Amino acid sequence: MSTPTKAAGRNVSPEYLADRAKFVRLETLRLARIAGAGHYSSTFSAAELFVSLYYAHLRYNPAEPASPDRDRFILSKGHAAIGLYPILADVGFFDPRALDDYTRLGSPFGDHPDMKRIPGIDFSSGSLGHGLSIGLGMALAGRVQGRNYRVYCMMGDGELAEGQIWEAAMAAGHFRVQGLVGIIDRNQLCIDGPTEEVMAVEPLEYRFTSFGWDVRRIDGHDTAEILDALDGLKPAGHGRPQMIIADTVKGRGVARMELSLDWHVGNLVGQDYDDAVAEIQAGLQPRPREVVRHG
Amino acid sequence: MVENKTTEDQGGEDALFRGTAGGGDLALKDLTSVQGTPNRVLPAFVLGEELADLADRDPRIVVLTADLASANRTRDFKLRHPDRFFDFGIAEKNMITAAAGMAAAGQIPFAATFAAFSAILAAEQIRTDCAYPRMPVRVVGTHSGMSMGFYGTSHHALEDLAMMRTVADLTVVCATDANHLRAVLRASLDRPGAMYIRLSRGRDPEVYPTVPADFRFGHAATLHDGRDLTIITTGSMVRPCLDAALALAATGVAARVIDMATLKPLDEDVIHRALAETGAVLTVEEHNVTGGLGSAVAEVLVELPRKPFRRHGVQDAFVMVGPPAALYAHYRLDATGIAAVARELLGS
Repeated sequence: MSTPTKAAGRNVSPEYLADRAKFVRLETLRLARIAGAGHYSSTFSAAELFVSLYYAHLRYNPAEPASPDRDRFILSKGHAAIGLYPILADVGFFDPRALDDYTRLGSPFGDHPDMKRIPGIDFSSGSLGHGLSIGLGMALAGRVQGRNYRVYCMMGDGELAEGQIWEAAMAAGHFRVQGLVGIIDRNQLCIDGPTEEVMAVEPLEYRFTSFGWDVRRIDGHDTAEILDALDGLKPAGHGRPQMIIADTVKGRGVARMELSLDWHVGNLVGQDYDDAVAEIQAGLQPRPREVVRHG
Repeated sequence: MVENKTTEDQGGEDALFRGTAGGGDLALKDLTSVQGTPNRVLPAFVLGEELADLADRDPRIVVLTADLASANRTRDFKLRHPDRFFDFGIAEKNMITAAAGMAAAGQIPFAATFAAFSAILAAEQIRTDCAYPRMPVRVVGTHSGMSMGFYGTSHHALEDLAMMRTVADLTVVCATDANHLRAVLRASLDRPGAMYIRLSRGRDPEVYPTVPADFRFGHAATLHDGRDLTIITTGSMVRPCLDAALALAATGVAARVIDMATLKPLDEDVIHRALAETGAVLTVEEHNVTGGLGSAVAEVLVELPRKPFRRHGVQDAFVMVGPPAALYAHYRLDATGIAAVARELLGS
């Protein structure tokens, strides 16, 4: 068995990560256009988190995707896979051209990721609320086997309404699962509206702390802050699961989508598509963080 | 060995209602005397012991339960392998999905709780997290059917086979007795994909005097031969069907009895032979007749030439409360009732 290498022996400057985040957003536009629909805004909120993990933090080896010692990443909010696939291709898990048939009949790449068909996907997801339990099980298995890998589980904020999340949170605290790291993409919206109106999830720090977790809250679009949080994770042996609450903006990077309820699923075409591409290429602009209401 | 009591013993009921977690053994003791054998020494509930034996040699095995370590005897595993035992508390969905996570990291998890709270409560987790990604999770559903007697419908599982049978890539198997369960558990280690293992009370009357060496998934066992009709049954109903066959033999009716332990994949050949070689087919299951063994057999028979056929089980109803033995008698799922149904089918 080979030891997984740190993902990025490559350049991990803030500029490089900003460039990769643009790549994720542009690929999301491209793939959604192939499919005729895509989860833009849930992916855009997670773009900086994705690239910080895969280009600067996770230990994996694309040549050995099943290495037993690798870090695992569970995308509990599986509908953001459209932004993860391009990264997996870019770091070498598979040929990027495989994405050209995204969602077409027989493609390995659906809206939700399939671990049996896509190298680099550590577990299939799509049914919200399951991922933290998967991560818990993987971390417990690591304990049984005496391995020191970490399991990172990215959840959406809306899915925190699923009861199973809290079953897993309680068990992770109880079992003192040191190898489990939760990441909440706190992008403020679920489909029907702001989480705090549909089903309030706050106060998140208090809730997870009381379940036995170490909690840190960061700006989820600031890669320096994300890397600081990831680098600051406590080493194996401290005996508590760790949660990173990443405050983000649903749809970040394309103004019309930011904190808009209209773009959970959408399909950009024509001039709208070109405008979005130009906007993404210009990089993240300062925005007021306020929910935009339509209809 | 625990002292035996009948379920009609009201002194035992009190203990039973004190709960199944802390007083699990009491509950089992009182729920176990069915099939009209109140004074027999109870067979052992071997689930935890057999898994512990297997785990001595196989480091992949881990065992999970949801606050029922006493009732399902996984505590016997915990005593010998505490580092590979996980009690998730009363959180079955988390247990099943965490088992899938463990399996993804190389373990073979056996996740045991009542059938009502595994196959039924966590059906989506079994489908989505275990079967679909083909994780070698073994979901062990104990106290299936109406074996929980007067606990009532919340604790009965008369729909679990139907629900599990529709899930692709999931092996569905019923353990018949202690020796058969040992064979199932041993064979499960080398079978790819997820599995639902259905148990009755776990201390079931003996059918197999030794561990059946020829057990294979998808291959039914013919336990008694005859030409007048074939009784196809599974799990808890095998013993009373054999007893019914003996009663029928005494009145000149020769019944073949088949233990269809594996419902998925189904042994279609044995059904074809039953149709060709015997006069009628009767399925008997401790389950709703919609969707379970009877439906599975019917799906095969409907494409074949007709012979008399009947699905015997719970006729699409929530059953009454009552001591298990009384329920089996009422729903004609004891030997006497099964023999009577067989005679009706044959018009004799």
